[in-house]
Amino acid sequence: MIILIFLILTAFISLRVKDLLSAAMIFGVYSLLMCLLWAGMGAVDVAFTEAAVGAGVSAVFLISTILRTSRRSSD
Amino acid sequence: MKFLGLLTVLITGFLLIQAERDFPDWGDVNSPASSYKLSQHYITQTFAETSVPNMVTAVLADYRGYDTMFETVVIFTAGIAIIGILRVFGSNIKPDHPEVVLTKKKPDLIVETTCRLLIPIIQLFALYVVAHGHHSPGGGFQGGVIFGASFILLALARDLQYAQQWVPENRILNLAGIGIFIYAGFGVASLLLGGNFLDYGVLTAIIPGDVKDAHSHSMLGVEIGVAFTVTAIMFSIYSSLSSNGHMKEGI
Amino acid sequence: MVAIEALADKFNYWVYIVIMMIGLYAMVSKNNLIKKLIGMSVFQTAIILFYVSIGYKDEATIPILYHDQVHGAHHAEEGDHSDEGAHHDETHAMEAIAKEATHHGNDHAVDADHAEVDEHEADHVIDAHVMHNESDHAFEAGHGGLDIDPNQFENPLVHVLMLTAIVVGVATLGVGLAITQKLYGEFGTIEEHEIIEQLRTGND
Repeated sequence: MIILIFLILTAFISLRVKDLLSAAMIFGVYSLLMCLLWAGMGAVDVAFTEAAVGAGVSAVFLISTILRTSRRSSD
Repeated sequence: MKFLGLLTVLITGFLLIQAERDFPDWGDVNSPASSYKLSQHYITQTFAETSVPNMVTAVLADYRGYDTMFETVVIFTAGIAIIGILRVFGSNIKPDHPEVVLTKKKPDLIVETTCRLLIPIIQLFALYVVAHGHHSPGGGFQGGVIFGASFILLALARDLQYAQQWVPENRILNLAGIGIFIYAGFGVASLLLGGNFLDYGVLTAIIPGDVKDAHSHSMLGVEIGVAFTVTAIMFSIYSSLSSNGHMKEGI
Repeated sequence: MVAIEALADKFNYWVYIVIMMIGLYAMVSKNNLIKKLIGMSVFQTAIILFYVSIGYKDEATIPILYHDQVHGAHHAEEGDHSDEGAHHDETHAMEAIAKEATHHGNDHAVDADHAEVDEHEADHVIDAHVMHNESDHAFEAGHGGLDIDPNQFENPLVHVLMLTAIVVGVATLGVGLAITQKLYGEFGTIEEHEIIEQLRTGND
């Protein structure tokens, strides 16, 4: 229940902040919370994949693109 | 535009909430998805048919092997697409807008030493995840991502060029191809032995043991193929994105 | 009050819908391309969350067999094979009894003296049928040596579908980011409205 509320919060904030680097980091937090939720539901394989992919690799991809382009966002 | 978007989203949300009434209750054992014979068959018969305790791995690599093969092909295609979009050969082609120049820093001693200690452990763990996916959570996808992440860590800690000494660009694409080749090879081998495509049961002619062992060991081989492809494509995507297609200097 | 109970009952589904809507809104109306991609990922994870929660069962465990179950399986399997012969014998015996019974049943009208015996035998047939059903059931459950209750484990099918979806999702995210970088090299910005303006005025 608490994880679900935090999930909504992090999803909202990561799309709300103007700084893209923080958005990418908060998106990583969102993925980690999602992974915890799935582990709680017993979907261990899915949670494992999300921990490796969502919280790890995709955050790195986002950050490398942000550093290669621009960090500001108009909305 | 914003208002229109909000309106669309709210209408979709309203329809979904209307549909939510028909959803099964939370954790309902008799929900259609759980009471369907197929998933019950997977739960009760997987070990009897394949001798793999982890049902997810068994369904992934055996029952739905065809599906997983083309998922791997999708990942491979995505890697090729990224190289096709971003890769710049030679340095005389100047883009219209100046590229972002990142300030170069000296490699940090602490970060480097820690990574030197960590990376072998990460790679060992990745191999464990691939090989032990039958008995514990894990498998080719997870192990491949972790193995690729170890190379990404190496590139982050030192430099992209340093990491590419171990995994050069042309070799990494070969590796991705080899992964799919291994996967499809199991399918073709079972075709040649008179079975259906990816029908591991007939592989008893090659693999020692009975039918169940053939299933189990072919699944391991298939997972290794998946791990090859995923490792290679993950590092390839990272090196393309971080060097803006030049494959020279990372972030 | 009813509304609150309904919300508490299906709170999970409401959360997925809300997250899905957040992601969809970001995809539709954000200007920044990276924000759009983050929105796409949020949307994707919300759908995956929905699927995973379909596979959830109350008081069920992760879809991996216990060590004991697997280990005990081999013994049970051996026992099962030895049972198999007995089972077949039983079936044959039962068929024989059933044939005899029907035979006697046909005779029944003619030979009234045997009525009592027939009834007795009919009871026996019914008993045998019940036994047969029971043994058949046990045989099905023990096929391959494992007595597994499907409600004891979660639905592995949805996990498999979503596991591959996550990895394919990160590959498509990579493609999106590559296109974003290319657009930045072309236009010098990653804001959608600025790109559209440049295209409109023609000085790309």
